[in-house]
Amino acid sequence: MVDVKGLRYSYNLDKKISFEDFRINAGEHWLLLGDSGSGKTTLLHLLGGLLKSQVGMIKVNGTNITQLSEAGLDRFRGSHFGFVFQKNHLINALTVEKNLLMAPFLAGVKQDKKRVAEVLEQLGLAEIKKSRIQEISQGQAQRVAIARAVLNKPIVILADEPTSALDDKNCDKVMSVLLDVASQNNATLIIATHDQRLKGKVKKQLILS
Amino acid sequence: MSTVTLVWNYLKAKPLNTVLNIFLLALGIAVITVLLLFSKQLNEKISTNTKGIDLVVGAKGSPLQLILCNIFHIDFPTGNIKLNEAEQLSRHRLVKSAIPLALGDSYQNFRIIGTNRSYAELYHAEIDLGSWWVMNFEVVVGATAAKILKLKLGDSFSSAHGLVKEGQTHERMYTVKGILKPTNSVMDNLILTNVGSVWKVHEEHKDGVKEWIEGTKIINPSSLVPAVEAGDSTLEITSLLIKYRNPLAVIQLPRFINTQTNMQAASPAFETARLFSILGVGVDALMGFASVLIFISGLSIFIALYNSLKERQYDLAIMRSMGASRGKLLFATILEGTILTVLGSLIGLVLGHMVLFLFTVLVSQSQSTGISALVFYPEEAFIFGGSFVLGIMCSLIPGFQAYRTDIHKVLAGF
Repeated sequence: MVDVKGLRYSYNLDKKISFEDFRINAGEHWLLLGDSGSGKTTLLHLLGGLLKSQVGMIKVNGTNITQLSEAGLDRFRGSHFGFVFQKNHLINALTVEKNLLMAPFLAGVKQDKKRVAEVLEQLGLAEIKKSRIQEISQGQAQRVAIARAVLNKPIVILADEPTSALDDKNCDKVMSVLLDVASQNNATLIIATHDQRLKGKVKKQLILS
Repeated sequence: MSTVTLVWNYLKAKPLNTVLNIFLLALGIAVITVLLLFSKQLNEKISTNTKGIDLVVGAKGSPLQLILCNIFHIDFPTGNIKLNEAEQLSRHRLVKSAIPLALGDSYQNFRIIGTNRSYAELYHAEIDLGSWWVMNFEVVVGATAAKILKLKLGDSFSSAHGLVKEGQTHERMYTVKGILKPTNSVMDNLILTNVGSVWKVHEEHKDGVKEWIEGTKIINPSSLVPAVEAGDSTLEITSLLIKYRNPLAVIQLPRFINTQTNMQAASPAFETARLFSILGVGVDALMGFASVLIFISGLSIFIALYNSLKERQYDLAIMRSMGASRGKLLFATILEGTILTVLGSLIGLVLGHMVLFLFTVLVSQSQSTGISALVFYPEEAFIFGGSFVLGIMCSLIPGFQAYRTDIHKVLAGF
C-alpha cells in the first residue's frame, strides 16, 4: 500500500535527512515515533504529497507520487488521503456540515449529504451538524476534523500529532474514534506523534532518530 | 458546497467589514451615477431645446438670462422689445426665420407663451387632443402641463400676472383648445396662445397703450403677428427666436444687433457652453470626490482581503491538502474581491437612481426640467464592467498570496 525506498530530503545545503525503507500494508495502523526535529512531520508531509523535491520513491496504491505534477498531486491527495492535524484547522466561517462538504468539493467528487450524516453519526456528532465551529468544544472539533478526513473514504489517513493538544480523556476518545473509523473505512492509518500516551494503543511503530 | 458558497460564507463571517466595503464603493458609484444621469439628461435637454434656434434677440441685459428665459423658460425676461424693431430685424437678409415670443403670464407656475405655430413646430410638437387655437384666449397646453394641471379640453382658467404662482390674477379667462403630444422638450411645460391674447390681457396694466381691437380690418399685416398692422411702434414682445440664413450670419448678425439696435442678441450654443463651464467646476469636484471614494473602497477591499488571507493561511493549506489546486484558491480569492465590488456597484447604481428618483419626486421644480430617474445609459454597463476590473485588481495580490501558499511550511508551523 505505502512503499518507501531510498527517501531523502534536504531542508537546506547543510541539513539533510534520510529515511530507512519501509512498507505499510493496506488497512494497517502505524505510529511514526520520534523526538521533535526527528523528521516525523517531514516524512508525513512527504508521504501525503504536501512536500516535494525529495529524492527516492514513495509508492502509494501503486502510484509513485514523487513523479506526479503539482496539479496531479493535488488531485491524488484529494482522492487518496485524509489528513488530521494537531490543530483541527476547521474553517471557522463554515458550519460543521459545510466543513465536511469541503472535502468532496475540493477533491472534485460528488457531495453526498447522506455520507456526511453517516460519518457524523459514527463519530457521535450528529447534533452539532448545523453548529458553527466557534460553538463546539475542542474535542468535538478534533472529531469533526477526523470526520472530514474520512469523509471521502480515503485509502490512507495521515495524522500529525492528532492528540498532543488534548487532555487524557479527549486523547483516549479521539484515538479510539480515529482507530475505529480507520478500520470501518478500511483505511491505512499513519500517525506521526511524540505523544507517549499513544504507544500502547498502536502496535506497529516506526521510530525515527 | 461550491466556491461561491465558500466565499459567501467568508464574507458573511465578517459582516461589518463586508458591509463597510460594499457601502463605500456603493456610495462612490452612486455619486457617479447621479452625475451621469443628471449631466447626460441635462445635455440632451439643452440640445433638444436649443435645436433650430441660432440666436435669441431680446431686451438688453444678461445674455445668459435671455437664453434661460426664452429657451428654457426658467429665468425672468430681460424686458421687452418693440414689435416694429423686431419686424425690421426679421426681414434682415441674414435671417431665415424669426419666431416672436410674448411672455408675462403664467398659470400655476406654468408659463403662458404668446407666439405662433412655428414655435411649436420647432419642437415637432403635434396636437394630441383638440386643435390649434383660432381665436384669442384659446390655448394649446403642453403634455406635462396638462397632466399636472389636470387640464382638459374646454376647461378655462384665468392667468396670473408674472411668472410665479402668487401673481395677481387677471380677469380674462383662457380656454383649453388643444393638448400637445409629449415632445420631451420644454414645450411639454408650456401653455401656448397667440401673441394677441397676451397683449389683450395686459392692456389693463398699460397706460397709453393703443387699444388693440379685435376684428379690425388689417391692411398690411405684421410679419410677426399678422393680427396687427405692420410697423406698430407701441406694441411690444419679449423676444425673437432667430434661425440664420447662412453661416455668414454667425459672425455678422449678433454684432449688428448688439451694436446697431436697442436689442441684445445671445447665442444659445455659446451661453449654454458658458453655463456648463461654470457648472463643470462643481461636476468635476463631485467626480473627484466620487473617485476618491472608489479608490478608498478599492484600497479597503484590498486590505481586508490581504489581512484575511493572513488569518486564513491555515484554511488555505488545509484546502490544498484536501485536493484544492492553486488555481482554485486564486480563483476563490479573486471571486471574493469581485463579489464585493460587483455588489457595491449594483447597489451604487440602484442608489443613484433612487436618489435621483427621490429628487424628482420631492423637488417640485425638477418635474418641469423633465429629468427622469428611470432612464438607463450604456455608461452604466461600463460602470458595472469596471467594478469587475476593480474587484480583480484589488484581489490580485492577495490571490497570488493564496496561490503561493506553502502547504508544508504552514502546516508544519514554520
